[in-house]
Amino acid sequence: MTNSDLIEKLKARFGETILAAEEFRGDLTITVKKEEIVGVAEFVKTEPDLAYDLIIDALGVDMYRPEGRFEVVYVVYSLSHKRYLRLKVRVGEEDPVVPTVTGVWPGANWHERETFDMFGVRFAGHPDLRRLYMPEEFEFHPLRKDFPLMGIPDSLPLPRR
Amino acid sequence: MAIESLQRDGFLTTRLDEVINWARKNSLWPMPMGISCCAIEMMATASPRFDISRFGSEVMRFTPRQCDVMIVAGTVTYKMSQVVRKIYDQMPDPKWVISMGACASSGGMFRSYAVVQGIDQFIPVDVFVAGCPPRPEALLQGLMALQRKIEKDRTIGSLVNREQVWIPESPAAGKAGQPA
Repeated sequence: MTNSDLIEKLKARFGETILAAEEFRGDLTITVKKEEIVGVAEFVKTEPDLAYDLIIDALGVDMYRPEGRFEVVYVVYSLSHKRYLRLKVRVGEEDPVVPTVTGVWPGANWHERETFDMFGVRFAGHPDLRRLYMPEEFEFHPLRKDFPLMGIPDSLPLPRR
Repeated sequence: MAIESLQRDGFLTTRLDEVINWARKNSLWPMPMGISCCAIEMMATASPRFDISRFGSEVMRFTPRQCDVMIVAGTVTYKMSQVVRKIYDQMPDPKWVISMGACASSGGMFRSYAVVQGIDQFIPVDVFVAGCPPRPEALLQGLMALQRKIEKDRTIGSLVNREQVWIPESPAAGKAGQPA
């Protein structure tokens, strides 16, 4: 199945949900409405001629723009067809919540925790949405563009001297 | 003089501090706090080529309760700082700390929100060893610097002299007073 076939198939199935599809040097990126990400994920995993059954990564991007500030990117791989696919959703700053895809790919669990830790994007329905790297009592999200490189003074406790 | 009396009488006189410090500095048991790549050089220091046992420090113990000197070898993040401090607290006195390498001493190349910019912010450091990572010779030099530092330590010997230790049954007991 070629990339254009895949785009046709997704558009026939989901219509307006597919916001954009772009190809760069053979790599396909599909931008999806964030409310529908679980449905699209389920589809690309279970459809036999797609079968994207392995999640490679789920990550956040801070585009630092007024509309749809964050992006969450899912990189998935089909073991049987040996093909990659990128799924992307845009997330606004005022309501940074995305439905979780851990029900489709359990391997997304820690990737979504990392994205929550670093960007503050929450994943609705995630079974264990705790911080992955930073201490649990930490209040900020370090990979946001407005977070200073050296951190916020006294936001991380040191032991007594 | 001392050697002559040893040959003649079978004993010698010296300062208690000298004996205690001599014993301490020649059997420093390290706590290998190997957190990142400096730990590889620390392991090489224990290898036959560099042979840290020449300085009496070959007994690396992975329980802090049997250690005298903690070698912090690597990048200490804020999250890890709690662990480093807890392990330091579990070591019995007297205890020393060697900060090995640029990361432990100053944050090194990790000038970032997650990394403590020098472990002396939360534990007292005796010797800083420069390098990224320091070669085994540099760590040995740091160890020797620590030994010279320990030679000058005031231990129980000088405390007795200054009557700060209460020793029952000793002639000085009457005027030494109660322990602090």
